[in-house]
Amino acid sequence: MSDAAHLAPPRPARRFRAATEEPAFLRRALIGLVLALLAVLLFAPLVTVFGEALSQGAGAALTALAEPEAQAAIRLTLLVTALSVPLTAVFGLAAGWAIARFDFPGKAVVITLIDLPFSVSPVVAGLCLVLLFGANTTLGGWLVGQGMPVVFALPGIVLATVFVTFPFVAREILPVMVEQGRTEEEAALSLGASGWRMFFTVTLPNIRWALMYGVLLATARAMGEFGAVAVVSGKIRGVTATIPIAIEMLYNEYLTVAAFSLAGLLAVLALFTLALKTALEWRHADALSANRRA
Amino acid sequence: MRIVAKSPMPGFALSAGLVLSLLSLIVLLPIGALLVRGAGMGLTDLATAISGERVRSALLLSFRSALIAAAFNLVFGVLVAWVLVRYRFPGRRLIDAAIDLPFALPTAVAGIALTALYAPNGVFGQIAAEAGLRIAYAPPGILVALVFVGLPFVVRTVQPVIAEVDREVEEASATLGASRLTTLRRVVAPVLMPAALTGFALALARGVGEYGSVIFIAGNLPMKTEIAPLLIVIRLEEFDVDGAAAIGIAMLGISFAMLLLINAVQVWSRRRIGHV
Repeated sequence: MSDAAHLAPPRPARRFRAATEEPAFLRRALIGLVLALLAVLLFAPLVTVFGEALSQGAGAALTALAEPEAQAAIRLTLLVTALSVPLTAVFGLAAGWAIARFDFPGKAVVITLIDLPFSVSPVVAGLCLVLLFGANTTLGGWLVGQGMPVVFALPGIVLATVFVTFPFVAREILPVMVEQGRTEEEAALSLGASGWRMFFTVTLPNIRWALMYGVLLATARAMGEFGAVAVVSGKIRGVTATIPIAIEMLYNEYLTVAAFSLAGLLAVLALFTLALKTALEWRHADALSANRRA
Repeated sequence: MRIVAKSPMPGFALSAGLVLSLLSLIVLLPIGALLVRGAGMGLTDLATAISGERVRSALLLSFRSALIAAAFNLVFGVLVAWVLVRYRFPGRRLIDAAIDLPFALPTAVAGIALTALYAPNGVFGQIAAEAGLRIAYAPPGILVALVFVGLPFVVRTVQPVIAEVDREVEEASATLGASRLTTLRRVVAPVLMPAALTGFALALARGVGEYGSVIFIAGNLPMKTEIAPLLIVIRLEEFDVDGAAAIGIAMLGISFAMLLLINAVQVWSRRRIGHV
């Protein structure tokens, strides 16, 4: 045996893996698996939307978006969103104030009821509205007689949209208000501020990021709601067809480029929503409800 | 006697009044209308309407597909949450943000995109067709759609719990001679279980009622690939309002059972580990 073995430089000390870590090869394998599956599950559909929309060039996609029916759908979706999101926000603010600042019997029931729309299928929500306001029901018949039909008209679409977006703002505001407690508001009141002044100078600034977060989620859902709106809209071309409904009609007529162009528009909005939401989570994490902190 | 505890805060009547009236008008009254319609039909008529072959297979298909998709999301969601919280790799925060894509992307958009991908002439559909598999316009297509919409639920409920797991407990387990696998199985998994089950139940509830992303890819053959929400829409288009209401009540019953299940899971876990 030669001395070479003794003279060889010592091998670099092996880096020991912490007891709370998986082996490196396993870590790499799991990261690879997750990335691959997410690429197939999430990114492939997203890329497909834009790929199909632009399959005959950007010009064809833009022409499809400029069609009168597409324009009418875009206008209707904007109108429905503008009418339903403020209602959701007002409800959220009222729910936050009543539940986080007062004790009353049945509070737990109210909290459960606020979350109810999350567990009801959107189609069932639409069905409920048809059963309440349909033209052959007592209430619906009377409203049609007054020249104010609900189902197959704008009010029904707005009601359906509000139903599915109902909990969005309340859920974001409520935990933040509970966490912040009422001391600052009590201070404002004891210093002589009126109720509204306290609300606008103390309460609202404290919950503004959570409010914005909830409004953002509600807006995204309102613009994209399909199931509930499909039941009550009646799908009248250019009149009660929102963007998602127009996508369905175009797709069923094999107008693929037109359908995917509108879908691309909604996908861009979805990406914009995600970006804003992520920015809020990164920059204002301390002002959001605890499960939103990145 | 006061109903509401005395408080110096103003605005109870206004805010509580707004909450109750909006809640009644927009949520409770419509759901009430469905229940009244069902009560008007009577139990026997309801049972007959639901027990028809087509309705039964639609309800079963919705529930079974949602169950399988939620089970897949349970396993994959925990894995994604673990990788995102515990491992560091380039693009991690971007991936983390992208997990919510199914929440942000409208279901109709997801539906037509998945159909284009998995149809026999689509990118993934072609590969599957060569293997003799049919995904779009067949039951597996429904699963693909439900996995897509349900993915964020488990990831988002489990992530904060993983972030809070005390590493010292894992270290203690390791110093006592447990292998990494034993530590994960006996120490980490029990802590994650309640959150994972909550996410599973949420994904399940969403999957049972899902409509937009499924109807494009399913093919919608009665008794084979026709989901329950679609059958409600079809019944309404046939002016069979009672038939639609019966399916609606059955689905409401399923949602109600889900809510109870979620609550039970949370109560059970609170008793077991002291938090949700």
